[in-house]
Amino acid sequence: MSAEIRDIAIFTTIAALLATAVMLVPGVAVAWLLARRRFPGKAIVETIVSLPLVMPPVATGLMLLWLFSRRGPVGALLARAGIEVVFTPAAVVIAMAVMGLPLLVRTARAGFEQVTKRYEQIAETLGAGPWRVFRTVTLPLAARNILAGAVLGFSRALGEFGATIVVAGSIPGRTRTLAVGIYTFTEAGQDREAMLLLVISVSIAFIAVLASNRLAREA
Amino acid sequence: MAAFDLDFTVHQGDFTLDFSVSVDGRALALFGPSGSGKTSALEAIAGLRTPRHGRIAVNGHVLFDSTRHVDVPARHRRTGYVPQDILLFPHLDVRENITYGLREGNRPALPVLIDLLELSRLMDRRVTSLSGGERQRVAMARALYSGPDVLLLDEPLAAVDLPRRRRIVDALLGIRDELAVPLIYVTHLPEEALTVADWAVLIDNGKLVASGPPREIMA
Repeated sequence: MSAEIRDIAIFTTIAALLATAVMLVPGVAVAWLLARRRFPGKAIVETIVSLPLVMPPVATGLMLLWLFSRRGPVGALLARAGIEVVFTPAAVVIAMAVMGLPLLVRTARAGFEQVTKRYEQIAETLGAGPWRVFRTVTLPLAARNILAGAVLGFSRALGEFGATIVVAGSIPGRTRTLAVGIYTFTEAGQDREAMLLLVISVSIAFIAVLASNRLAREA
Repeated sequence: MAAFDLDFTVHQGDFTLDFSVSVDGRALALFGPSGSGKTSALEAIAGLRTPRHGRIAVNGHVLFDSTRHVDVPARHRRTGYVPQDILLFPHLDVRENITYGLREGNRPALPVLIDLLELSRLMDRRVTSLSGGERQRVAMARALYSGPDVLLLDEPLAAVDLPRRRRIVDALLGIRDELAVPLIYVTHLPEEALTVADWAVLIDNGKLVASGPPREIMA
């Protein structure tokens, strides 16, 4: 296997892991809010979170490009701090996180909804405040779903293509991921490289699904 | 002896419970057929259900008073609550369940509880492996270890095999007399009300039908 192929595989895996880490805290927080709280604009939040699931990934990528470009609302702020996002590895992680988030939120939310509120009430009668109830009762009882959601999000991140290519491009050694690489190599007629990346993709996906199934059994 | 001062109205859909008892005693039995509103009364005292109006005080501690806008949150009420379905935390073992409550103040020492409720052989077991009677004893220990001013029990004998009921009754007597924790418990079994309670309240269809020493009520 060439160094280039190996680097693409390593970069993609690390980026997908980072994206999973990035989406975990906000994803779990939003899932809990949607499952347990009524607040104004809840339907809007619900819709926005699910949007990347139904929108063409390329369209999501275009939105991210606008947000993070130097003239975009987020990009301008970052540019002032000297941070460039578009067409960098950071853009890959952001695209992956945004695309994986809906799967994490939906799965984790179902987990929170399954935890009967009465366990939380019992914890309250034992003197536990809201944060302790969440940490010691709600979260552990929803852990299996949160984990399953994280694996789903990770898998989605691993295969992300449409948003990545728009906001991060396909720069060799910098932003080229497995999915983008397969496309780029196929386009360029480099079938051997494309095939190698394909085999690697299948292997990583296989291991991820196997691991998640085992975790689900043990939890 | 504890001073129970309970006078409140709970609405639950079309159902209304009017509850009014003011008595000094060690154990108060709420007696009546299922669906009569006994559980709602316990939940109102525990702070898990908000009465429409009224006043709830135990030993002079006002937990709820609609005219003075007092509604102490469940976690500050010091009411140990054992619901009918017991609800031990499934992800914690017996010891972790019992020691969940963290309140400061006077709580019975763990060895005393282990001795009184015969828990020594259960401490490291998983809660899913316990029998109905064992669960009941563990749940009572969990509630007591949080240092409650009053212990609320919903049908403590319902999940227990007939031959093992004596042990639970003995445990209730021990809590009442040795630990001197006052009890309020819900039951539909007359014999249970007779053995443990020194005051009984008969509820039917949300109305308080009779209130007095158990022997007079059951007669």
